[in-house]
Amino acid sequence: MSRLLIQASNPFCLLQDAGRFGVRHLGVTQGGAADWMSMAWANWLLGNSPDAAVIEITLGGLSVIARDDCTLALAGADLAATVDGQALKPWRSFSLRKGQTLTFTQPMSGARTYLAAPAGFGAPQVLGSCSTVVREQLGGPDGFGRALAAGDELSYGGAAQPLRELPSRYLPEFSPKPLLDVVLGAQIGAFSGQSTFDAFNNPWTLDSRADRMGIRLLGPALVYQGAPMISEGIPQGAIQVPPDGQPIVLLNDRQTIGGYPRLGALTPLALARLAQCLPGEVVYMRPTTQDAAQRQQVAFMQRFAE
Amino acid sequence: MKPRIEVVAIDCLMLRLFDEIAETNMPWMLAASERLRICFAEYLTDLVPSYTTLMVHYDGLALTPAQARERIAQALTDLRPETQNLGQCHVLPVWYDLSVGPELALLAKRTGWSVSEVIRRHSEHQYQVFALGFAPGFAFMGLVEEALAAPRLATPRKRVATGSVGIAERQTAAYPAQSPGGWNLIGRTPSALFDREREGYSLMQPGDRVQFAPVSRAEFIRLGGDDTPQEVLA
Repeated sequence: MSRLLIQASNPFCLLQDAGRFGVRHLGVTQGGAADWMSMAWANWLLGNSPDAAVIEITLGGLSVIARDDCTLALAGADLAATVDGQALKPWRSFSLRKGQTLTFTQPMSGARTYLAAPAGFGAPQVLGSCSTVVREQLGGPDGFGRALAAGDELSYGGAAQPLRELPSRYLPEFSPKPLLDVVLGAQIGAFSGQSTFDAFNNPWTLDSRADRMGIRLLGPALVYQGAPMISEGIPQGAIQVPPDGQPIVLLNDRQTIGGYPRLGALTPLALARLAQCLPGEVVYMRPTTQDAAQRQQVAFMQRFAE
Repeated sequence: MKPRIEVVAIDCLMLRLFDEIAETNMPWMLAASERLRICFAEYLTDLVPSYTTLMVHYDGLALTPAQARERIAQALTDLRPETQNLGQCHVLPVWYDLSVGPELALLAKRTGWSVSEVIRRHSEHQYQVFALGFAPGFAFMGLVEEALAAPRLATPRKRVATGSVGIAERQTAAYPAQSPGGWNLIGRTPSALFDREREGYSLMQPGDRVQFAPVSRAEFIRLGGDDTPQEVLA
């Protein structure tokens, strides 16, 4: 068993895995890594299962000290990580010697990065997951929904693996103004003609009101002309449109049911990209179908089998 | 009932069974839930019931959308309303008092009834659990009789005490944990509504029925209730 000591942290450094499933009918949110793809790559680099527990670091602020010699992996945003002052780029596994300090300072590219350990970090399973949901007091290092804090010690148990990097052909680009695919939902026809045109032909700017529950997009006001809705289940990536016409993309910590009309839902690949965008960045939306999106996702997942 | 299947997301379909909220929906909703669980088996990721709909979240890597639709159609074949297993009936003790339910006064004023009449009316009906949401174990129950219906507070409270019982429109609910909230508070229950150590976690499950039973402050305390006045929190 090896250990990692948290030297500095903030409310946005969280233990995460794939999230909670099979309990949403009880009002329990999904939780889980906001960028599932980066989490999966971080685990892939160590030969872990794709949803082994990782640390999700948003924007920076985490500093950890190795209590033992170890091999870890980093995937996702470039948060200007350093090991004892030496720059460390993401998308690779790397070694720390006992006593060395790994620090994340500020976002250079992307918003969230994932730190993985051999076989995953140990944490109590609460309702089937260690994923941290502060609002629901579930998951995290002690099981009660706490973010990581200075003084916490995380353990992990897997054997060290040879160091590896993500093949360059698989490196996500994080290029500006990404195009996000939307699986059109049942209410799409109840928005005004102008609104459906606007939704898919205008730039949308990420608002500063963005967290793990949702990201608000600023742009032309979208007008829903349908009947008021009765609350119903809300999927991951749902793009709901409240009465002010400014869409909100709902993420992992969203409420489980809601009554706002929806344009549809982002595909998992689009969600992974959006999770790496910062407030002020611009995105575009593009309609797709459930069938096309599903075929694309099945093909994409082959990459992790290599 | 005229079931429709709608696209929700890459791996989610919405089964819409009804257009209106009604207590008579629940036997059909329970029957359809049970069938969907059987037909999707290990491919079911989550099933989220809510008033008139069942959101089916399935394993999108194992099933194509067409295969998922087939399974839903199969689940609906010869569907009969559930009459045997209509969910549990819970009796929730409630201490109805202005100190823990400040909107008792508002509801008395709106209805023109006495506070004790408001309490009698709220506790005499057996409610259906239509859905859980907002927070773990938070059950949306109805239907509250028309005269007692009241809109949410214009400004939600920052902190509503654990166990608080409230009314919003024609629905009633109890807060499983302290949280922000905008419902009209009328009392407080000492019952633990969500417990991670309990089988099934949530006291109330979709489709269950609930009867509120007025209790005295002494009984409320004896059952483990916390009588801290709401105004101390807000």
